Amino acid sequence: MRLTYPTNVKVLKVPCTGRVDVIHILKAFENGADGVYVAGCLEGECHYLVGNLRAKKRVGYAKQLLEECGIGGERVAMYNLSSAQGQRFAAIALEMTEKIRQLGPNPMKKGSRVMGHGSRENESQEQVARTEAKS
Amino acid sequence: MIVANRKPFEELLEFIKPYSKILLLGCNECVTVCATGGAKEVAILASELKMHREKEGRPIEIMEHVLERNCDPEYVESLKPMVGDYEMVMSMACGCGIQFVAEHYREKLVLPAVNTTFDGVTEEHGVWSERCLGCGNCILDKTLGICPVTRCAKSLFNGPCGGSQGGKCEVDKDTPCGWQLIVDRLKEMNMLDKYMEIQPLKDWSTSRDGGPRRRVREDLKI
Repeated sequence: MRLTYPTNVKVLKVPCTGRVDVIHILKAFENGADGVYVAGCLEGECHYLVGNLRAKKRVGYAKQLLEECGIGGERVAMYNLSSAQGQRFAAIALEMTEKIRQLGPNPMKKGSRVMGHGSRENESQEQVARTEAKS
Repeated sequence: MIVANRKPFEELLEFIKPYSKILLLGCNECVTVCATGGAKEVAILASELKMHREKEGRPIEIMEHVLERNCDPEYVESLKPMVGDYEMVMSMACGCGIQFVAEHYREKLVLPAVNTTFDGVTEEHGVWSERCLGCGNCILDKTLGICPVTRCAKSLFNGPCGGSQGGKCEVDKDTPCGWQLIVDRLKEMNMLDKYMEIQPLKDWSTSRDGGPRRRVREDLKI
């Protein structure tokens, strides 16, 4: 398909989004990510039955925690797509990047401080936890 | 198990306001099981506090440490080599654990990160409910395993009050009437005649009315 998606998206692979915990999401922000989205299988199609549904709840809880500590709950999102939806994956990466760009950098980063290894100011970074389950 | 809830984030921020290096303590026992103050919850709270303080431009160093138990001296004393390195201790253990740590390190400020709530059970993943008030004089034999002291909002001993409607308690439509549960259970077990036994006034001196309680086993003392 030779699709492209923004280079600032860092993909972290997990066997199932059910493996993603709240602390993983928080640590991404603590380490300077501007946004995090969890890309799980379509609802009802989890190989482990409910992994993606559990991830959805955990993302919801992470949103609450990020809101109360001032980072902002809107910086984290859950998406559902199948491993055959390459175009959708690229579209989500673009959509999330645009959304985070509008929100600006992680509020932990003040003024002109460097935003992390190799990244420039105002350039959004997202970390992605994505299932690699094959259907 | 002892069930607790984390205190509101704003309250915790106030506790740590003057400090820049703290010890955040957890416990591997009850508060781990009720998902309030175990290793995972300690890590989450530490992360939240660090991010908030970083955002404010006043970074804080937080040492996460989880004791096997906070209510036994051998574990509490294991903090000795490290506790002096921190300006204060914030504990996610239950009220017993927080007090015991404070008793052992009198020179150190030890503050609670949780509200200790009740002695209860896990009904299902993520749902806990109260079962025992520790009144010191158990009558579960008479009520077939359902405690009227805890399950009845008024701790009545001789049947329900007028607030029992459709099996629910008047204090909350989702709370079952303790006495309805007892009567249903007595019926199931064909022991409804027990319901006719009048319970005398309860001696509350074995409960909190007798002051803080203490238990001593001379044979176990070293």
